[in-house]
Amino acid sequence: MTAVLELLEVSRVHGSGATAVNALRGVSLQVGAGEFVAVMGPSGSGKSTLLNIAGGLDSPSAGEVTVEGVALAGMTRADLAQVRRRSVGYVFQELNLIPALTAAENVALPRELDGVSTRKARAEALAALKDVDLAGVAGRFPDELSGGQQQRIAIARALVGPRRLLLADEPTGALDSVTGEDVMKLLRSRCDEGAAAVLVTHDARLAGWSDRVIFLRDGLMVDDTGTPPTAGSLLTGGAGR
Amino acid sequence: MSIRQGILAMLADGPRHGYQLRVDFEERTGSTWPLNIGQVYTTLSRLERDGLVVALDGGDDDTHKPYALTELGRAELAAWFATPVHREDRPRDELAIKLAMAAEMPGADLHAVVQAQRTDTMRALQDYTRLRRAADAAGDDLSWPIVLDSLIFATEAEVRWLDATEERLARRRATTARTTSDGAAEAAATADDGEAVR
Repeated sequence: MTAVLELLEVSRVHGSGATAVNALRGVSLQVGAGEFVAVMGPSGSGKSTLLNIAGGLDSPSAGEVTVEGVALAGMTRADLAQVRRRSVGYVFQELNLIPALTAAENVALPRELDGVSTRKARAEALAALKDVDLAGVAGRFPDELSGGQQQRIAIARALVGPRRLLLADEPTGALDSVTGEDVMKLLRSRCDEGAAAVLVTHDARLAGWSDRVIFLRDGLMVDDTGTPPTAGSLLTGGAGR
Repeated sequence: MSIRQGILAMLADGPRHGYQLRVDFEERTGSTWPLNIGQVYTTLSRLERDGLVVALDGGDDDTHKPYALTELGRAELAAWFATPVHREDRPRDELAIKLAMAAEMPGADLHAVVQAQRTDTMRALQDYTRLRRAADAAGDDLSWPIVLDSLIFATEAEVRWLDATEERLARRRATTARTTSDGAAEAAATADDGEAVR
């Protein structure tokens, strides 16, 4: 298995002295190409810290983070920004859409920053919008769209281009459950095409779409469903529990 | 699980023999509740005794004898669909009993029991989700996805209940810790008073 993301004994301490908080304590995790990992745990368990560190938005106090074989530690700011832009797609609770840009321009922006031609970036953006069923609103501005549509635009922006690592933090917050499932289908199909995804969620039904669920508590990985057995093994073995 | 009513429902489509009934049942419920052929024949003979089905002529031998629904059977089936399944008619929940027992048992690690269960339930939820994805992709008829949705929502509810149990446990621990440290502070204060008096 080629690991797209590797965390090795990663710890993160916020603050220092008596008020120091151990957000993560020695967490190791490998996410391979094609693998979809869900991270669950109560609030304050370190889920979002793990995701921020995986995407180079935060640095570990100890331990190593590797994205597509490249260690993030010791990178220059410019190199790190490039890894974040080229290899990683993020979907966060805050959508951070740029109000002055249309849906298509928002989605094309990261590709243009990558140096892709405007024309190619636009074609990729339209394809990503089509994937989230929003081809029809490509020319609209964010404030002309519903909350659910804005969320799907943010998702299209994360999926645009050849990103190999997708990081999502409660990405279906503003969506109803049917559209929420559509988002999971999208993440799933990207993984089936060879991307790696890490999803932070408290929603078990969303986590059910993953290959592997890890559980955090107080910054420690307390359990792991492991990689899945073959499909259907549960039901052919008899009736549930 | 009501094999009896299930068989009546399948016979509403037209006469079938025992083996066909078993195959149909498993197709509609995705082998979630596997039936053995013995159960099917036993149930059929009871249904025949009660006048809900009737054996027709035909078939090479007894095992291929087709059965048809009677008027009485049709009425029983209609009554089944018209009556909700009451919660108290369902079997006891072993897991709820287990956690209730663990909660009061000295030395039992309720956290560990909850976590082990959550991991297992989550695996089941992943499995059901995978199966439903496959069923959706294959464009299967309605019955199997309906059964899968039932399993998905039930396992989701179980995970949420386990989360709530864990939160309850954490709150209880925090309260106990506070009471204990209050007690210790009080004891210390009393000791201080003692010092002052002396």
